[in-house]
Amino acid sequence: MGRSSNRGLYLLGAALAAGTVATFACQGGGGVGTGAGDLAAAAQAVYVAPGSYDEFYAFMSGGFSGNLTVMGLPSGRLLKTVPVFSQFPENGWGYTDETKAMLETSHGFVPWDDAHHPELSMTDGVPDGRWIFINGNNTPRVARIDLTTFETTEIIEIPNSAGNHASPFITPNSDYLVASTRFSVPIPNRDISIEEYKENFKGTISFIRASQPGQMDVAFQILMPGYNYDLAHAGKGPSDGWIFFTSYNSEEEHTLLEINASRKDKDFIAAVNWRRAEECVASGAGRTDQVRYQHNYIDDRHIAVTEEKTSVRVIEPADCGNLVYFLPTPKSPHGVDVDPTGEYIAAGGKLATVIPVHSFTKMMAAIEAEDFEQIIDGIPVLKYESVLAGEVADAGLGPLHTEFDGKGYAYTTAFISSEVVKWQIGTWQVVDRIPVYYSVGHLMIPGGDSRQPAGKYLVALNKITKDRYLPTGPELAHSAQLIDISGDKMRLLLDFPTQGEPHYAQAIAADIIKDKQVQFFSLAENRHPWAARSEAETRVVRQGRNVHVAMTAIRSHFVPDNIEGLQVGDSVFFHVTNLEQDWDVPHGFAAMGGNTAELLVMPGQTRTLVWVPQQPGVYPFYCTDFCSALHQEMQGYARVSPRGASTPMRWGTGGTWKSN
Amino acid sequence: MKPRTTFLTALLAVAACGGDAPPADASASTASGATAAAAAGTGLSDVEMEQGIGPIRDLQLGAVDDALAKEGEAAFVTKCSACHKLEERYVGPELGQILSRRRPEFVMNQILNSNEMVQRHPVVKELLAQYYTPMPVQVTDEAEARAILEYLRSVQTGAASTPGGSQ
Repeated sequence: MGRSSNRGLYLLGAALAAGTVATFACQGGGGVGTGAGDLAAAAQAVYVAPGSYDEFYAFMSGGFSGNLTVMGLPSGRLLKTVPVFSQFPENGWGYTDETKAMLETSHGFVPWDDAHHPELSMTDGVPDGRWIFINGNNTPRVARIDLTTFETTEIIEIPNSAGNHASPFITPNSDYLVASTRFSVPIPNRDISIEEYKENFKGTISFIRASQPGQMDVAFQILMPGYNYDLAHAGKGPSDGWIFFTSYNSEEEHTLLEINASRKDKDFIAAVNWRRAEECVASGAGRTDQVRYQHNYIDDRHIAVTEEKTSVRVIEPADCGNLVYFLPTPKSPHGVDVDPTGEYIAAGGKLATVIPVHSFTKMMAAIEAEDFEQIIDGIPVLKYESVLAGEVADAGLGPLHTEFDGKGYAYTTAFISSEVVKWQIGTWQVVDRIPVYYSVGHLMIPGGDSRQPAGKYLVALNKITKDRYLPTGPELAHSAQLIDISGDKMRLLLDFPTQGEPHYAQAIAADIIKDKQVQFFSLAENRHPWAARSEAETRVVRQGRNVHVAMTAIRSHFVPDNIEGLQVGDSVFFHVTNLEQDWDVPHGFAAMGGNTAELLVMPGQTRTLVWVPQQPGVYPFYCTDFCSALHQEMQGYARVSPRGASTPMRWGTGGTWKSN
Repeated sequence: MKPRTTFLTALLAVAACGGDAPPADASASTASGATAAAAAGTGLSDVEMEQGIGPIRDLQLGAVDDALAKEGEAAFVTKCSACHKLEERYVGPELGQILSRRRPEFVMNQILNSNEMVQRHPVVKELLAQYYTPMPVQVTDEAEARAILEYLRSVQTGAASTPGGSQ
């Protein structure tokens, strides 16, 4: 060992399990068990034979990569990286003319974000596999990913917001996604002193219509006290119609929050009655704020378009009775998780010594009895004892997030003590615990936040990796761990690295998604304005200093593959249509000196690379995705003449030149 | 542009499971000794050797239907002409006189089921060894494949292949 002088608590579990980390590294199976039989059983449980499929698709947030990562479970194999908020040179996302508009915001083009929480669409409280959504925390946004193409198809910006963290949690029939302010701000945002925080900074909770693709819209916002709204989960069953948010910094501090926002013993869970909000909005309550925010979506030509929205409906709890209640909750709570029955609301009080669990039934009774401690900005504060169902004691240090197995148990991560704690709903007794490596944040059970969990696997999403893999310099991939929860005792099966920093994750049975996959796009239905649906439709058109090349790609040539008459400083738009109508035959395209990324063009699709040559000469372009035995022959040349030269424009493939 | 979903072909399903090709139905053999000899060791029936592997069998063809041929020409330009010319070898073989070399059923099965033809049919395997580029699936609709066949019939000048004709 001896390479780290401050190993701290994240090694605690390891040390308890087998003595030293070095032992793990040499013998393998750290944490799985010490016997050969344990290792063999774990290996068998995660082995997916060549050519066989995983049982689940897992969707891990890419964290600060801005992407979504798709992995198979139980193997932990990487299946795909789906670019969402970040430019992705691997396929041109955010670089091509067809996708750039997806990253437009009211702040201009924002080619990165911090993606936290994937959320599957639901029907009747059960993930249905139509879409997955994810939030951008930094420049508040929510994205939709279509699960027939695994492509981001829509991104909406959230006005009157900052730090979109409690997002995009969804209501049981995908009516609404929520978004909220982790960082309260002046609303409307304006130039005032930061010291006016307590008087002028507010939070918002936004409800986004989600059920119609291409039509996401901020239905309304609720103006909240200037706390930090952290996480959320919707009610279900009896609590359907409500959604629960954790908050911290009820101290309303604006500096050194680690001390100043940790003073109170309790902060709040905000219970929001969203059906009541609908009624208030319908009856004209609240006001309409003039704001600017962008809504971007891929239209039926496969081209991203941006629409600017200019107003949003804002309601305040004081104007709409029975809208929001505060449930006092120890201490600076992080996760808020609703059990499969919809009755219990567990909070991860990250500085608390217990896991408080509230009862929806008791909450409703306390509301009925007006059993209030006080009222803050029109929001009644219920009494802790009146709403509490129970406290889970000895639940580890730093409890953060809870998921459920559908068999009466809950599983909570403990960040500081690096463990997952299993406890029983109703008795509130801890029944099992397992060390994880190290410093676990979220956890995920397939369907574990829904009405119907598949209580077979649990994935611990760890923040610290240290010595779990071969070292790779200062930066290490984050570590995830697969735990078998099918029996009474949790059993560690597998470590696997993840991309970026997976915060939350979701998973769904592969059968729900795998047979709905689009394999190619219909060429006949390609409506791109510069599509060439056959080689006969290829063309080169000069429009001033813009030159449009409607080009085709098919194994293994481009038409045209020789182009002359381009000039220095022209913007050359290579609109490449992939003529293939078969699965898994993308063609790539790159031109020497191009200042953007490559194109990766799916069969039947048209994608555009803009190339601005800087010097006279002859420049090659080529297919970048190995497509066939003659892939190396799939190339062409563009001749660039000086500005104002008289070189005639002509183009062709196979020795026959065309011109306009 | 509407996305199109298709399902794994039987071929891909077999490949994904790592299994061997299914055995041909040898009892279906009715052809002459010569074609039976050609079929030997290929795992294909004599009918498959002549007519190709796929859904098309024993076409009854009349006079060329000009309207259908016109339709087929449009499909040919969109889906075939990137690789096939009528009078010269290009990415794939010239097709102007294809019906003097292959039966019409063979042509349609090659259009509709090219993946399996490339994998299993000795004639197409031999072509792959000459041309290197496997013919992609561009047409999944039998009616469209039939129209393309009609177009190829309309441009054919030599004698068309007859049942039992040579490869």
